[in-house]
Amino acid sequence: MNVTVIKPGLLSSLQDAGRPGHAALGVGRAGAMDPPAWQLANALVGNTRGEAAIECTLVGPSLRFEQAAVIALTGATITARVSEHSVPMWTTCRLPAGSVLHLGGMASGCRSYLAVRGGFDVPALLGSRSSDLHARIGYAHGRPLQTDDVLPVGAALALLGSPADGEVQPLGWSLDPQPWFDFAQRPLALLRGSHWSQLDAASQQLLLDGKFSLSKDSNRTASRLDGPALQLRAPLELISEAALPGTVQLPPSGQPIALLAEAPVTGGYPRIGQIALVDLPRLAQRRPGDTVCFHETTLDEALTRLAAHRQRLARLLGTIAQRLERT
Amino acid sequence: MPPIIQFEALAEDALLLRFGERIDIELNACVQAATECLRQHLPQVECVPAYASVLLRFDPQHWPGNNPHQQVQAAAAAALNENASTIAAAQELVIPVCYGSEYGPDLAGVAALCRLDTDTVIARHTAADYRVAMLGFAPGFPYLLGLDPQLAVPRRTDPRLRVPAGSVAIGGSQTGIYPEVLPGGWQLIGRTPLRLFDITANTPSLFSPGDRVRFQAIDEDQFRDLAATSPA
Repeated sequence: MNVTVIKPGLLSSLQDAGRPGHAALGVGRAGAMDPPAWQLANALVGNTRGEAAIECTLVGPSLRFEQAAVIALTGATITARVSEHSVPMWTTCRLPAGSVLHLGGMASGCRSYLAVRGGFDVPALLGSRSSDLHARIGYAHGRPLQTDDVLPVGAALALLGSPADGEVQPLGWSLDPQPWFDFAQRPLALLRGSHWSQLDAASQQLLLDGKFSLSKDSNRTASRLDGPALQLRAPLELISEAALPGTVQLPPSGQPIALLAEAPVTGGYPRIGQIALVDLPRLAQRRPGDTVCFHETTLDEALTRLAAHRQRLARLLGTIAQRLERT
Repeated sequence: MPPIIQFEALAEDALLLRFGERIDIELNACVQAATECLRQHLPQVECVPAYASVLLRFDPQHWPGNNPHQQVQAAAAAALNENASTIAAAQELVIPVCYGSEYGPDLAGVAALCRLDTDTVIARHTAADYRVAMLGFAPGFPYLLGLDPQLAVPRRTDPRLRVPAGSVAIGGSQTGIYPEVLPGGWQLIGRTPLRLFDITANTPSLFSPGDRVRFQAIDEDQFRDLAATSPA
């Protein structure tokens, strides 16, 4: 079965857990910007093998499903309809054959995930179906989806009995998005970076107490933060070292840059902070113009939160699998 | 191994080993040897070498207890202490390059900046032994150490939007090769017909960190022959 792209949306691409382990060759990880949202979308359609889903940005695509399909939408709150039926988020939904799913704008957040039972089955490269838009790796040489793209869907056993006839059929239950989507846009936890002590005192204060706003130049590689300019005590000449998602760099302009999923594998700017791993998806969900604030955390605190977060996600994935079995 | 290695926790899943703060061929050789050693002894950790440091990325949950960084650091330090003589398994690669003309549009400019004639630039560029310090910028892009200091030239003031794949270039005291069509500000002195990066191949990157590299001058006919036979 295939899914045809009728309208591509603003920036839609296939994403999975990414391509870890190849940074030494200059190949970054890429992968979903909001990994829990991607994982939950897959779980809701019964995918358990890290299948690729569509990551939509700000405005979603329109897609035609040749055959009956089981889908789920998670992440940013996006309008979704098939004909006059609206398609609910954070639940499992059956679509009849020939459905055209129109995804529109997002009421809050920046990235929504559309998973389909069986997953989008394009060839895996270095073990991943993710599109690395910057390095041009992935489906169609890593470009965003375009009109008339035909995406194959992997074979999977039927889920939820017989296919839907004529109507969109959501399940009777859905997930509470509250723990998985940062509606309140709370401050992000920040570890001190390697060159924190090179910031002047006023800039240290500004980084932790100041208000930044997400620049429109932000993308899957990095969030650029507009706001008070930060300064080092003295210029710092660094040689390139490995770079990571979550690293907050300070280029000479004084406007911090937070690296994200498509972070380059090496970088030479001073590293003034490191965003806690559990808060990276929350940054990825900020839209241009949204406020970004930080509060300081410690490595111990960040590790504790990470372990708790993973446990909570694992429990929910288990619950979803059980409920799908019983449905 | 150098006597002092600094460890620095970068993130919940990352630790940096720093050997120094200079771009130096000997220091980088230590980095490559350490990377090789750590890959053998800590297979569950991703090791990413740079000029003078190695990044270790790991899953904190695979290190039971509440201080994964301390455990990874102890395991890495032990592996490096007990295996002081690890030699990185380096390949030796000879890269054919057609210098000048349309293949290296900045060759004459580089020669003028160096106050040398173009033949001398080519002779010096092909005479040196290079080491791949690290890969970065784009998949498969090698940063090469070992450039003759006489050939060091500043980057272009007007970077190109499209540098052809295979372009051999000088940027400051380094030389490198563009694996794909990319934007770039380095001075282009020649081009190789070899394909540097193919994600569908078993070994996607022609170069690995630590490899030894030499350049060999070829003419335009040889370039065309090699380009026709090299898998594209």
